[in-house]
Amino acid sequence: MAALFKAGKALGLCVSGCRSLSSLAELPEMHQMMRQTCRDYADRELGPIAGKLDKEHLFPAQQVRELGAMGVMAVEVPEALGGAGMDYLAYSLAVEEISRGCGSTGCVVSVNNSLYIGPILKFGTQKQKEQWITPFTTGEKVGCFALSEPGNGSDAGAASTLARQEGEEWVLNGTKAWITNSWDASATVIFATTDKSLKHKGISAFLVPMPHPGLSLGKKEDKLGIRATSTANLILEDCRIPLGNMLGSRGSGFKIAMQTLDSGRIGIASQALGIAQAALDCAADYAHKRTAFGAPIGKLQAVQFKLADMAVAVESARLLTWKAAMLKDAKKPFTKEAAMAKLAASEAATFCGHQSIQVLGGMGYVTDMPAERHYRDARITEIYEGTSEIQRLVIAGQLLKEYAS
Amino acid sequence: MSRVLVGVKRVIDYAVKIRVKPDQSGVVTDGVKHSMNPFCEIAVEEAVKLKEKKFIKEVVAVSCGPSQVTETIRTALAMGCDRGIHVEVSGKDYEAMGPLQISKIFAALAKKEEASLVILGKQAIDDDCNQTGQMTAALLDWPQGTFASEVTIDGETVKVVREIDGGLETIKISMPAVLTADLRLNTPRYATLPNIMKAKKKKIANMKPADLGVDMVSRVEVLRVDEPPTRLAGVKVETVDDLVAKLKANGTI
Repeated sequence: MAALFKAGKALGLCVSGCRSLSSLAELPEMHQMMRQTCRDYADRELGPIAGKLDKEHLFPAQQVRELGAMGVMAVEVPEALGGAGMDYLAYSLAVEEISRGCGSTGCVVSVNNSLYIGPILKFGTQKQKEQWITPFTTGEKVGCFALSEPGNGSDAGAASTLARQEGEEWVLNGTKAWITNSWDASATVIFATTDKSLKHKGISAFLVPMPHPGLSLGKKEDKLGIRATSTANLILEDCRIPLGNMLGSRGSGFKIAMQTLDSGRIGIASQALGIAQAALDCAADYAHKRTAFGAPIGKLQAVQFKLADMAVAVESARLLTWKAAMLKDAKKPFTKEAAMAKLAASEAATFCGHQSIQVLGGMGYVTDMPAERHYRDARITEIYEGTSEIQRLVIAGQLLKEYAS
Repeated sequence: MSRVLVGVKRVIDYAVKIRVKPDQSGVVTDGVKHSMNPFCEIAVEEAVKLKEKKFIKEVVAVSCGPSQVTETIRTALAMGCDRGIHVEVSGKDYEAMGPLQISKIFAALAKKEEASLVILGKQAIDDDCNQTGQMTAALLDWPQGTFASEVTIDGETVKVVREIDGGLETIKISMPAVLTADLRLNTPRYATLPNIMKAKKKKIANMKPADLGVDMVSRVEVLRVDEPPTRLAGVKVETVDDLVAKLKANGTI
């Protein structure tokens, strides 16, 4: 009986979060307008150059500035600090539409909003917010997030980067790996161990400007996809920062990282949705135009079934993403839903990328069509900000808690 | 100082493939994506720029049609217009609505709002009439600067560079005046997210044509709408002589 009651309570929690389900069918007017503005920008300014950005590994600096002017680089930041002052649902829509135009640009937007600005907005002092958020709302500067190390990705608690106090300074030593935006960033939120004996409770978060003495960048990784973003190691050798650069309290770094990644997951889910949708758009358009066996290939059931499966995968992942965003906006727990959204959306993106190439046949394999880029861009979404395996652990953990007796 | 009226028309989006209705009475509009007429976007941008340069105090966005046109007015508000006016026209009146009725509405509003300028797009991409601006000016007996590719306000006069067949013509007209925007007048801005938020709070007033003393009766009746004839494949020729011979043979030259 007790177990049933607890399960029912858990269900109730879900139901009350679902009261906003009606708005899943049709978004509020403001969100629709915002979505349309981002879509127009993506269609006109990103779509035409996405191939070039990918081929030449070019950071879209001009476009990031334009997006900054529109408020897209700081969607959730209050207007007083220079942001757009909108909610997380609006942010999710913005990232999806931008990613649909260019997966790399969507990644830059997401990392700046969720991973860099996110933790400072939540855990920073007013002075830190003004110093480290406001200049990063305009698109002139972007930030990055340094948690992973060569020795640990999923195993975030094993951070071996060390921070010791020397007088009025923190001195950081260690190496961070796979840092998105590294070569283009002007600051980083970085995690280092301040008390080794406390294990993951001994990790703290710091704010470091870039460039900075004692902080150097490794070589740019040559990636499969999202090639317009720079990914590299951050190497800290006696990197000195003022005591005031600690973000949050000492020892709360792991908590900050986990909470930041929770929200970041909705951003990555949105990026994956954009890539998946772009792949679906490409395949559906091709199905109309390409003829074989005397008719457009869209008439063949084999193609129709693929398109249908792609559409279901995208739409269901989208609804999961919107639900997670709406729960967050309602200040309700959203860890499980965010993990579900990221898992569903990233797997939808790789599925759609794969099937899109299949629908295009030989044309899908060459760079003349964007299908191969979507396939390559999609792949990272199952890995960063928590691998699909970690997402499954998070979901199972939350689920089992709900059913615990 | 001044108030500017800007007309914004809700039209089928430029990227949509248009289909004629089976009964040939018009084109399919149900479920089709609509957006602001591109020339109206340029008109809004120009009005907002004039306000930012402090030549005018207030920009009022006006649209005529059923309830859906409020979306178009909100987009204009998000681009920087101060308030909107929705002139409700629906059903048969809306289907028959044309430049004559619209210009009568704008003329009445221009007087009512004491506007110094009425800025419209040079034409709408659905009917391509290119008449509303000109008719509005005539009804008001105001000067007009049409096909504007550059607008400069100097005190009580406006210098307008117009795109005409022979090149560019520069005229000076006194305010109040009607201007119509051509393609190269400016590049419309993307609505910023904060402005979209602000647009929610801006007012849109509702009224009917009758409130302005305008009768919507149309003097034009659409008899039939057809698809353009299907383009036939071309013919390739080897030499210029062949080309000339073929053109002579089919009576072109």
